[in-house]
Amino acid sequence: MIDLKGKRVLVIGERDGVNGPAIEACVKSAGAEILYAETLCFV
Amino acid sequence: MDLEGQGRIRQVIEQAGADGVVAVLGANSPTAVEMTALTLKSGDPSYAGPLTGIALGIPSYHVLESEIADQFDPALYERELALPALAMDVAEVVAPLKSIRDL
Amino acid sequence: MTFPAITAVANVLAHAPGLVRYGSKPLRDAAHAPATLEAIAARLRPYEDAVAYGPNQAFIGNLEPEALASLPRPWFDALDRGASSAGAFGDLISEGELLGLLKLCDRARLVHLDADTLSDAAARLAKRGIVTPAEMEALTPADGPAIDALCRGGEAIPLFLDGRTVGAIARGHEEDEALTANVLLENLAGKATGVLALRRLLTMVEGRVAPGDVDFVLAGSEEAVGDRYQRGGGNLAKAIAESAGLTGATGFDVKAFCASTLYAVFNAAALVQAGVFSRVAVVAGGSLAKLGMKYRAHVAKRMPILEDVLAGIAILVEHPRPGDPVIRLDAVGLHTIATGSAQQAIVEALVVKPLAKAGYRLSDVDRYATEMHNPEVTEPSGSGDVPRGNYRLIAALGAMRGEIPRDGINDFIARHGMPGYAPTQGHIASAVCYLAHALRAMRAGTMRRALFMAKGSLFLGRMTDASDGVSFLLERQGGNP
Repeated sequence: MIDLKGKRVLVIGERDGVNGPAIEACVKSAGAEILYAETLCFV
Repeated sequence: MDLEGQGRIRQVIEQAGADGVVAVLGANSPTAVEMTALTLKSGDPSYAGPLTGIALGIPSYHVLESEIADQFDPALYERELALPALAMDVAEVVAPLKSIRDL
Repeated sequence: MTFPAITAVANVLAHAPGLVRYGSKPLRDAAHAPATLEAIAARLRPYEDAVAYGPNQAFIGNLEPEALASLPRPWFDALDRGASSAGAFGDLISEGELLGLLKLCDRARLVHLDADTLSDAAARLAKRGIVTPAEMEALTPADGPAIDALCRGGEAIPLFLDGRTVGAIARGHEEDEALTANVLLENLAGKATGVLALRRLLTMVEGRVAPGDVDFVLAGSEEAVGDRYQRGGGNLAKAIAESAGLTGATGFDVKAFCASTLYAVFNAAALVQAGVFSRVAVVAGGSLAKLGMKYRAHVAKRMPILEDVLAGIAILVEHPRPGDPVIRLDAVGLHTIATGSAQQAIVEALVVKPLAKAGYRLSDVDRYATEMHNPEVTEPSGSGDVPRGNYRLIAALGAMRGEIPRDGINDFIARHGMPGYAPTQGHIASAVCYLAHALRAMRAGTMRRALFMAKGSLFLGRMTDASDGVSFLLERQGGNP
């Protein structure tokens, strides 16, 4: 079981799935730090 | 991954180190998730990107995997994740990840 | 309240296998892996196969997209050899014809084309009613040695047809990164396919609307026309209008990533509604940059390279006559800053809210047109089925709202969605590719209303991490006023 608190996170979101800003907000709420964030668009 | 951001991720890790780094993904297709996770763990499986042959060893989780999602603020989960969780087949999408983490 | 109507739509394709090497991904890969070009060449398909391909036939209107659901996959194996390159909505022209159009649209003396290619293109395009013999005869062919010299000197890049060099396009300036031969080719390809679509549109309304009767043109495509001091100067609209003979018009470009064309339609409708103009044409040329975007997966899986066509669309917006479907300007969906980035908020803003303004629930819409990218192109590279992913978001929201049962998501998609069929030409696949089909169905009385929603991935430009989108309802007159 991973504990996100204190982890450094690479956020790789996807436009039609869960996008970068959404993942960032959630991951921060669990106490992690954002190292890198982007949203992919496959088309 | 065929991620065109591989080069930037490599730079970020070279500067910051890979200790305690995890990736959290949001794609809605199992293949996309698998390709990204493999690239970040053991190098670009397509043998073509900046992470070819570079095993960063970074584990990937999907934002909707329950062991991750259970740690989020419930109000945020409701606002940001409830719809995607219903829209995608979460079990199918996250299925490739555990075995890749264990590689 | 009356709303403006869409009265004609043209959907066109141009086969461009020789240009795949100039697509963004192939070009970048070939720069450091020369074997790329050979690998691509081995998987390019002939014109006849592109014509016989179901999704392309659906795009040009000889097949309904819904019919693709019962065509066995892989679609590239289920070719219809009896299919025509003349579609109900426009033509799928051959590469030779595209090169002829590039030359016709070239006002800066950049394009050199040999005599055989030019005369063959002229004959074929004239037969389709797209050009006059006179305007093609006015073009000067180039000779082989001159073409070779330009390319060898580095001033031009070669243009190919069936593996042979038949021409070249020159750079526009020695130093200007915005006027390299590659950029100019990209822009000219967008212009030429936009002109193809607009000329086809004009033939559709011939007898009722003359080219000089169109007041204004809005273009919404993906190129950046400009120079070193203004890389995105734009107004390709006017250049396209000029080449289509719209002497009474001027125009401008709408730039909003892949939502550009749908925004342009919305804008055109607003101009007509406000009484500023009576007839506005919207035009979208194709994206050279997106040719061969997923080629790696197609080559790896020994598939034909399916991203070998440039697409174009032209739409006429004017005051409604009986039977014309109208754009519900009172029910437009907008992704505002306040909407934010949560997926649920976005789908509510683009789907639920506009429908509610018109007094509708999700099931009142006969068909949703979303990001209609052909899944056969995207699935091999792990990009999934983009239309299906979008339909699942809409249906899942319906389930969360109690409008459809949780186990009714697939059924909702079967009834109100359709398989993807558009080439991965960005703005083209973003909903607008279905306007022609919806117009036909609404005129025939088999459809009441359709919701068109397009997304723009603004975050790709690195000026924001937000995305964007726009939507509107197209409806038969006499719907809920």
